[in-house]
Amino acid sequence: MQTIREFTRKTKRGNILKIVREHYLRDDLGCGAQICENCVQDETSVALLPERNVKSTLFTFPHYLVLDTNVVLNQIDVLEEDAISNVIVLSTVLSEVKHNSSAVYKRFREVVQHKPRGFYVFVNEHHKDTYVEREPGESANDRNDRAIRKATLWYDQHLEEAQNSRAMKKSGRPRTRVVMITDDVGNRERAEKDGILVASAEEYVKSLTDFPMLIDKYARKSFESDKKSLPIFPTHLSVNEIHDGIKAKKLLQGSFQASRENYLEGAVSVEGYEHPVLIQGREALNRAVDGDIVAIELLPQEEWTAPSEIVLEEGADEDPGDNVERTEKEQSVFQKSLTKSDEVRPTGKVVGIIRRKWRQYCGILQPSLLENASRHLFVPADRKIPRIRIETRQAEQLQNKRIIVAIDSWPRNSRYPHGHFVRSLGPLGDMNTENEVILLEHDVPHSKFSEEVLSFLPKMPWVITDEDYAKRVDLRDLYICSVDPPGCTDIDDALHCRELPNGRLEVGVHIADVSHFIRPGNALDKEAAARGTTVYLVGKRIDMVPELLSSNLCSLVGGVERFAFSCVWELDNEANILAKRFHKSVIKSKAAMTYEQAQIIIDDATQQTEIAKSLRHLNRLAKILKKRRMDNGALVLASPEIRFQVDSETHEPLEVEAKQVRETNSMVEEFMLLANCTVAEHICAEFPECAMLRRHPRPAPSNFEPLIKAASHQGFEIKTDTGLELASSLDACVKPDNVYFNTMIRILTTRCMMQAVYFISGTLQPEEFFHYGLATPIYTHFTSPIRRYSDIIVHRLLAASIGSDSTYADLLDKKLNEELCHNLNYRHKMAQYAGRASVALNTHLFFRGKTQDEEGYVLFVRKNALQVLIPKFGLEGTVYLNSLSGDKKPTPGDVIFTFNEEDYTQRCGNVVFHAFDPVTVRLSLDSRNVQHEKLVFQLVKPYIKGFSVELTAEQSGDVEMVDATTANAADGVPPQKKSKKSQKKKK
Amino acid sequence: MSNFELLSEQGLRLDGRRPHELRCIKCKLGVFEQPDGSAYLEQGNTKVLAAVYGPHQAQSNKLDLNEVVINCQYSMATFSTAERKNRPRGDRKSQEITLYLRQALRAAIKTELYPRSQIDVYVEVLQADGANYAVALNAATLALVDAGICLKEYVVACTASLSKNNIPLTDVSHVEEMSGGPTLTVASLPTSNKIAFMEMSQRFHLDNLPAVMEQALNGCREIQAIMEKEVRKHLMQMGSAGDWSNIAK
Ligand SMILES: [Zn+2]
Repeated sequence: MQTIREFTRKTKRGNILKIVREHYLRDDLGCGAQICENCVQDETSVALLPERNVKSTLFTFPHYLVLDTNVVLNQIDVLEEDAISNVIVLSTVLSEVKHNSSAVYKRFREVVQHKPRGFYVFVNEHHKDTYVEREPGESANDRNDRAIRKATLWYDQHLEEAQNSRAMKKSGRPRTRVVMITDDVGNRERAEKDGILVASAEEYVKSLTDFPMLIDKYARKSFESDKKSLPIFPTHLSVNEIHDGIKAKKLLQGSFQASRENYLEGAVSVEGYEHPVLIQGREALNRAVDGDIVAIELLPQEEWTAPSEIVLEEGADEDPGDNVERTEKEQSVFQKSLTKSDEVRPTGKVVGIIRRKWRQYCGILQPSLLENASRHLFVPADRKIPRIRIETRQAEQLQNKRIIVAIDSWPRNSRYPHGHFVRSLGPLGDMNTENEVILLEHDVPHSKFSEEVLSFLPKMPWVITDEDYAKRVDLRDLYICSVDPPGCTDIDDALHCRELPNGRLEVGVHIADVSHFIRPGNALDKEAAARGTTVYLVGKRIDMVPELLSSNLCSLVGGVERFAFSCVWELDNEANILAKRFHKSVIKSKAAMTYEQAQIIIDDATQQTEIAKSLRHLNRLAKILKKRRMDNGALVLASPEIRFQVDSETHEPLEVEAKQVRETNSMVEEFMLLANCTVAEHICAEFPECAMLRRHPRPAPSNFEPLIKAASHQGFEIKTDTGLELASSLDACVKPDNVYFNTMIRILTTRCMMQAVYFISGTLQPEEFFHYGLATPIYTHFTSPIRRYSDIIVHRLLAASIGSDSTYADLLDKKLNEELCHNLNYRHKMAQYAGRASVALNTHLFFRGKTQDEEGYVLFVRKNALQVLIPKFGLEGTVYLNSLSGDKKPTPGDVIFTFNEEDYTQRCGNVVFHAFDPVTVRLSLDSRNVQHEKLVFQLVKPYIKGFSVELTAEQSGDVEMVDATTANAADGVPPQKKSKKSQKKKK
Repeated sequence: MSNFELLSEQGLRLDGRRPHELRCIKCKLGVFEQPDGSAYLEQGNTKVLAAVYGPHQAQSNKLDLNEVVINCQYSMATFSTAERKNRPRGDRKSQEITLYLRQALRAAIKTELYPRSQIDVYVEVLQADGANYAVALNAATLALVDAGICLKEYVVACTASLSKNNIPLTDVSHVEEMSGGPTLTVASLPTSNKIAFMEMSQRFHLDNLPAVMEQALNGCREIQAIMEKEVRKHLMQMGSAGDWSNIAK
């Protein structure tokens, strides 16, 4: 059966068009109910089973649910619970959900696809009996509501007919009915008139007495008590007003980023503006939450201000209610400071929300002062997110637990957004819970590999067949070895070097042949692509591929035959490449060494084994390669890095140490870079349209401003026109009296850099392929396929180009690969952040119950604080200063610091703090707030009376004792393969 | 609009068809009196008229001593698309399709039977909703049959596309064409299993070609069956006018 759908659509040029589409109505769509024998449907598609019914006090008979769109959109957390089952999902609802929120749609799809829950998708839009035509004058919304009602009614009748059989009547089972769940009052009224069983989501959830906690997850639009309070925030503009405003250029659109340091400040990046537009103050922020796409209005230019450069945290005290009288501190922040005109930024206010980017947040419940209260404040772990008010009856159980909460709404009269409890992660401070928080907050997929994924692993015992040998080059006799950090189990690279009879040197880089085991398109491949990268936390690794591959079959362990993808060069003694080739091979690594072991062999002249000779050649060549790179303008960047020695049982950190870098680190790195560059050139030549490459864009000149400013205060000029100029001016930044100065300058340089990204060669011009940090025209990732998915794609391209593997459709699809790049870039960024968060967490744990004085340096001087770096721990923290701001009168006895904006210094009496000055600070963990522990930095030296902490004999003794205990416990399990990773990432 | 999912998880296409299903096909022969043969064919919302004149004496400048000259003209009515455009008869796309029509028709007509002659085939798209070439060719075939031109066999065209999860889709509608999926057009001689013409709108991987092609060829066979049925019906009616339909009885 067929019908014609007509509708009008506006074209880009503004013409109104009549669009005519065919719309086929079918009679072969099954109803998905097992009790129905009238529909012809195959068994696998039947989802609505009688035994799945839950008990509801509202509907005491078996029933199936039909959900209205608003219920799916608002109550997705409830729907994700097992309590809700046997649901008929109408295609009308599905497409409305998809149209309204892609995030909810994605989650809902997961729910629908999860078989045991019994969600059945019924394509009512194409069923001959449930399709409804839009009536003249009827809105699309009303038409869809009617479609939902019609489908519900049809289902109920259809099931009644199905249950009319004699057997059914005899069995005495109550009749299965269909219940519609809607929160739309109009739809509900009309449904009741039609004789449909209806309930609101809240009524239904409450009627499921077997699941009393389910109501916690119910998303409320407002709390009862709010209704009486007065509006705090200005109203948001409507969609149309925003649309017109943007069109008329009165409003700007951009994504809102809340400040991490000041909860009353944020910025909106707007296209065409060099700096993000500044938003200051509660009313101006107007309920925007970090990540939201907002519409803003610029303030008149005379009201523009500069970023406050002040650290402001919301007091962790009890719920202040909706009283928004500004505290004195808040006041002082927004006093119009007399800032230099060049620091004034475009400033604006949020007038409307275009799209909310709310997600689920990890955090803790703030203890309530009232007993048995059901309203509570939730404090997110992410400082950029405001506190959220929720209603829960299990507050007592949730104290000292990490929980997840979702935001539902933010009414005008509420100081905080409203949300609901989603689930609990576990006790606060527990290593597993805290790691879980880090993984969730950084959107790291970390669930166990599914059965389906595991089914694509090779069957054990795995043996190399004659066929395999025939296809590969046999390199088992070569003196190949691997060099990695201690404890590394996922070894993805190995090296060799030998002298050839013609006097040349043959160097081979052998990379684990992961693409041999992960075949394109299967579940294992899809899972690896979705994960994108292995994530390293302190003492924990979240694998991209199952352990059988990562730590066993792919890992190039010593003395075992393994498959490798080899990149082999012939070099002369000056490390010039004379020939190169790629092939798949079988290798047998002679030794899996640590950097330290390799270094010892190189340095010990008495060792004359093949391995030692090979290592010495490699080391010498690597130095030449490195020099050549440096001469080209490659940058040496620094970021403070540390490693923890972790207790193998409790996973708690025992000792912290800065990472040691040996010559051998650099040796391995040079050859990996060379292999990556060689492969990049090759695949780009072979697949000009669809090679996966990695580029590092040149930072915008403005990015360097803080660096140039900081260096010029010290009398150094940093030139940033070319990479080479930058590299040499960085080399010149040496202060004899401050050995750490150069490193700090490099740390600051690292922060000016852009993020390197994956891309597809066909999407950019060749000039844009450039890798700024490495100063190479083209680059890719080839050397770590065990822990990076990009490398797997590169392996496949390389294999296809040399005919050792076949191509497949998706490999050459530019668009698909571009999407893949987006995901990989996102996953890499998140993995990096997660790694840092894990280091921060362990630092906190390390300092629990300790007080330690450490030497450090001032990294920046801020208006009311010093940013201090402790090289020993790679740790950065803030020493807050009492500053004189606005017209506040100094009280006698206060130690007052004066900020000089000219040269960025803080002065107190005769003590002046410049950037890069050495200081001694006392580190301790502030655990007063159990939920949000923070590391406190207090000034020890230079000594300022009344401000610095006193260095008493007792305390210094204490410090020594701490040192002694940590030294004893040095035999923990080292973190796995972390050091090399982070170094490569910078490249 | 690209990257749009052509096939839902429930296995239905945007307009409610399953992957292998053709759109509704209606056709009629002998719709005009003036030409020697004519046909109307609609495939979903794509509606085409075809008219055939000849064979007649070829114009002297085109004349071929060995075989018939096929003169084709494909055009689209100004009202055939959602956006009305002035469409001069010779726009690029139409010229291209004209060329391709002739190529396919040449493969079907027994050209050697009509030396020094010419056959004119006029095809007008009244409403365009995807697979215009295929529908035009099918209409032309019917018109040739109506005109009594000797054919080796029917030449029938059909399109096929590929969903994101690599399921081939028969008979591509305009929305599907616009959604960025590839479109393969195949004109075939179904009985002898020969291909008269093939065109691809976008690249897809070679691995998928056999499946997509098979899907298109299946479509051709189905369309042929529908066309044959209509021709039979038409002949019965034609015949009954002269009481010929009872001859076999
Ligand atoms: Zn049924």
